[in-house]
Amino acid sequence: MRFDVLVEVRLRQGIADPEGATIERALPALGFTGIGQVRVGKAIRMVVEAARIQDAEQVASQVALRLLSNPVIEDVEVTVLGSAPAAGGQAAAGGGAIGQ
Amino acid sequence: MSARVGVVVFPGTNCEHDVAGVLASLGGETELVWHGTRSLGGYDALVLPGGFAHGDYLRPGAIARFSPVMDAVADFAAAGGPVVGICNGFQVLTEAGLLPGALQKNRGLRFICTTVGVRVSSALSVITAGVEVGRVLQIPINHFEGNYTCDRSTLAELRDEGRIVLRYVDNPNGSIDDIAGICNREGNVVGLMPHPERAADELTGSTDGIVLLRSLLAAADTAEVALGD
Repeated sequence: MRFDVLVEVRLRQGIADPEGATIERALPALGFTGIGQVRVGKAIRMVVEAARIQDAEQVASQVALRLLSNPVIEDVEVTVLGSAPAAGGQAAAGGGAIGQ
Repeated sequence: MSARVGVVVFPGTNCEHDVAGVLASLGGETELVWHGTRSLGGYDALVLPGGFAHGDYLRPGAIARFSPVMDAVADFAAAGGPVVGICNGFQVLTEAGLLPGALQKNRGLRFICTTVGVRVSSALSVITAGVEVGRVLQIPINHFEGNYTCDRSTLAELRDEGRIVLRYVDNPNGSIDDIAGICNREGNVVGLMPHPERAADELTGSTDGIVLLRSLLAAADTAEVALGD
């Protein structure tokens, strides 16, 4: 089975996010008001081959913790979006989001 | 016999010749060491110079820490060998867990390239052992991710154990406690954002970096690194 996985890396609470703050300050100039708490992170998509959805999530979590994020400053969330299409095949529908 | 210093080169490192050149001019014997190397026998000290190892992809140092040479760097450090990470090298050492904390984007989101004053705050480290505490050195910085951060207990530990080696006189990047450089408990592993090799010639404005590199060579001269392999 091939699973479509989304890894989101974001700065931990309490870590200054100057990029998010800069975006937030730019919003009123464009006429957008009432928007706050802008945080900038990274989204990494990958396809994981595994027997079961749990295995895909476990492998992706290891990758997320060991390489994709720095636990000193970042939190990470792994979501299995569903099964990925086999080469040339069709996407299977569904697959529950699994947060971490 | 002069000290043999290995200067570790990752794909994207770009300060290796500057460091090697200055160390050689101070009497060291230098050798560039490719990141695929797995053995570091025969060296008396290592430098991880500045640059953009592996393109700084993901995070500075994130990929470099898995380069084959890094296991050998860790063994070398554990055996007491002097290891100095400058700028990107500092980022690699924190990612590798050889030094605590992390370097995040500068406050104000600006790449900073300028000469700053840094105060020697501890003589514990191999680069400051020969320098009087309190002395202010003019040394260039050149980075986007130099804003040092760590949790409160780590900061307390760094302070209590005299492991904050250099502090900015006028904090340019938001670093916690004005930290410009730290070391491990033993003082043999050091990371600093300023580039001492760029303050080694009157032509480039300052020669204040020389005392730090000379101190490293002195430490290398007396280092007895017994590697297991």
